Amino acid sequence: MSPAAARLGVLASRVRFEEKNILTALERRGVACEHVDPRTLSVRAGEPWDGPRTVLNREVGHYRALYAAAALESAGVTVLNSAAATALCGDKWQTSAALVAGGVPTPETLLALTPEAALKSLEELGYPAVIKPLVGSWGRLVTRVTDRAMAEAVLEHVAALPSPQSHVVYLQREVAKADRDIRVLVVDGRAVGATYRRSEDWRTNVARGAVSERCPLTGELSALAVAAAETVGACLAGVDLLEEPGGRLTVLEVNDRVEFRGLQSTYGTDLDVAELIAALLTAKAES
Amino acid sequence: MQETLIASACPECDAEISLGQDIRVSEIVECPECRLELEIASVEPPQLILAPEVEEDWGE
Repeated sequence: MSPAAARLGVLASRVRFEEKNILTALERRGVACEHVDPRTLSVRAGEPWDGPRTVLNREVGHYRALYAAAALESAGVTVLNSAAATALCGDKWQTSAALVAGGVPTPETLLALTPEAALKSLEELGYPAVIKPLVGSWGRLVTRVTDRAMAEAVLEHVAALPSPQSHVVYLQREVAKADRDIRVLVVDGRAVGATYRRSEDWRTNVARGAVSERCPLTGELSALAVAAAETVGACLAGVDLLEEPGGRLTVLEVNDRVEFRGLQSTYGTDLDVAELIAALLTAKAES
Repeated sequence: MQETLIASACPECDAEISLGQDIRVSEIVECPECRLELEIASVEPPQLILAPEVEEDWGE
C-alpha cells in the first residue's frame, strides 16, 4: 500500500512491542496504514498535511508527542489521543488538577513554585511524601522523602537543576500500599483489562522491573478507571491506581500513550490489546 | 517457528544478529553480545544503527 493512500497513521520514533503489534493488527484488517516517524515530520502552519487523516500517537517522547499532536490537529488530522489529552496526562500537576476537578479520588497533592516553598509544603503534607518531576515517566526521578533532612537534600539538588520547570515541585502524600499497584487499560470508554504490578522497589513501574499479574476487573475498578480516562479526555488510557489501607482505590496517574506489553503477557490469548486499538482507530477513521 | 531472514552485524561490537522476517523500520532490537539497543534503519537491505539514548521526557 502506498503511503500516500494511507488513511491511518501510527506516529512513533521507536517501534516497540506495542507499535509493532498495532501495525500488524491494522495490516491484518486490510487497512491502509502508514508508520509516521516524528523525527522526519514537519507541519506547515495553516496548510493541510498530506499524510493520513487519522493518526495514533505512539511517540515515546512527551514533547514530541504533544507538539506533533497539536500540529497535526491544526492541519485537520484526528489524533488519538488528542493533543489536549496528551497535555493533561503528560503533566502530573495538570493530571492531578483534572482528577480533583472531576471528582476522581487521587492522593493529596501540592504544587510548590520553588524548592523553598516545597520544603514548607512538605511540613504541611507530612512525611513520608513523594517528590515527582512534572514531566516524566517510568518512575524516573520520583523520590520518596521520609524526613526534613532528606527533603532539604533532595530539594537542594532540585534547585541546582538547569531547567526552570524543574524548580516547580510536585509533592504528593505517600499512599501506604502493598508491594503492588494496579494498571487498568481503558479503550474507548471501556475497561478491557487490569494487572497488578508487583515489585520489591517501592516504585512499581514495569520499566523498573515490576512483574505484571492479572487483576480481577471489578465493577468499582472499571468505573474508576473509565472515569479517570474520561476526565482527562483520553479514549486510550493506562490508568494507574493504588489500594489505600482499607481497600479504597485512588487514581495515581493516567498514561495517554500506554505501554501494554506486561498486561498483554498476563492475558495471553484472552485479550488482544493491539487488535482493540486497531479496531478503535479504524472506527475513528470511518466516522 | 519464525524463519530467520537475514543476519546483520552490530554496529558497536560487530556481533552477528539474526533478524526475523517481520522486522520493521524503527524497530528496536538488542545486540545479544554487547546488549546495546539497536534500531533497524532499513529493512532492504537490513541496516542496524545505534538506537537513540533515552531522553528525559520519554515514557508513556
